[in-house]
Amino acid sequence: MTPTRKRRLIAVLVVIAGVGLAATVAFRALQENMLFFVSPTDVKEQSLPTGKRFRLGGLVAMDSVSRADDSLAVTFIVTDGLASVDVQFNGILPDLFREGQGIIAIGELTPGGYFEAEEVLAKHDENYMPPEVADALEKAGHPDAGGGE
Amino acid sequence: MNPIYLFFHKTGSPPWFYRFAGKLIPWLWAGFVVLTAIGLYLGLLRAPPDYQQGESVRIMYLHVPAAWLSMMIYGMMAVTGFIALVWRIRIMEVLTISSAPVGAAFTIIALVTGSLWGRPTWGTYWVWDARLTSELVLLFLYIGVIALYNAYDEPRKAARAAALMAIVGAVNLPIIHYSVMWWNTLHQGSSIGTSGSSIHPSMLWPLVFMAFAFKFYYGANLLSRARLKLLAQDHRKRWVQELLSGKEK
Repeated sequence: MTPTRKRRLIAVLVVIAGVGLAATVAFRALQENMLFFVSPTDVKEQSLPTGKRFRLGGLVAMDSVSRADDSLAVTFIVTDGLASVDVQFNGILPDLFREGQGIIAIGELTPGGYFEAEEVLAKHDENYMPPEVADALEKAGHPDAGGGE
Repeated sequence: MNPIYLFFHKTGSPPWFYRFAGKLIPWLWAGFVVLTAIGLYLGLLRAPPDYQQGESVRIMYLHVPAAWLSMMIYGMMAVTGFIALVWRIRIMEVLTISSAPVGAAFTIIALVTGSLWGRPTWGTYWVWDARLTSELVLLFLYIGVIALYNAYDEPRKAARAAALMAIVGAVNLPIIHYSVMWWNTLHQGSSIGTSGSSIHPSMLWPLVFMAFAFKFYYGANLLSRARLKLLAQDHRKRWVQELLSGKEK
């Protein structure tokens, strides 16, 4: 390798190392803010203030969904297995919303202790399968079946 | 001469590259057509609907190959750009800048198909989570590379500036890939990894065919663009004059 090429090679490598280092430092610093949602455990431990908007993520607890007869209002419990939060929502839920499903609710905590959601998004997991396979898994009691994470 | 240097020397010669690419391109197009036909047939007609997403799972057969390719092309740009910067091989400069529009197009396809899938599945077209945002940044990087190239009049200087930007921007690639592991995102984690796949085989095969089909498309499109760029850059040189007057094929 000629000295000129060696010099260029070193220059380019230094640029790559510099940018890599800068990106690592920046993303480590941003770690907290990069989280798209917080879990019910975070809510419990950090005692988030009421009236501040954030995204709550977790699974819809089994047998917790109850819908009003005369409106779109619905209440359910979001859990991560360790802690849970009561959620109230008035609007149209995504098709994938069901008990056991991973969801993200955008809204705020009220003084009453529950989470008032303005929007509810369903989270999809990385499993793709035909309905027959899902049924078979569910019958066999496989943990992947029936949605969720 | 060292065989590696000999190879670089040969592929680095524009007339040789022009002829070689010209022979390769029809095969790449043929591969693209055949693989796409098989992939679309399997994906749209034979593959079952998903147990949760229903028919909208079929968007995956375009979305995932496009997203993979958008990252692979940027990686290619960084590699060819690196060679172009250090060894000043003109073919590599041409390949770097010719990759950018193809990569940008596949990034747009990935973003749009993902958005159309997100609406029925998540309940929203767009969220600012780490995966979606970093993929959008990738589109801006592609546009940045193209814009930087066009900002210079002198093509070789322009290509070096664009190559440097391609290399610097490559820091975004691991961020896109690992975003779903490092942070809580709305976007799901990877279905296919070193430990296997969580996609049922009946749905995985069409995906594999489409992924290869897209790569053939990239190859054919890239080489066509690179040939055209070489012709334009060398239009006063003898090999192009001979080519145009029909002496050499």
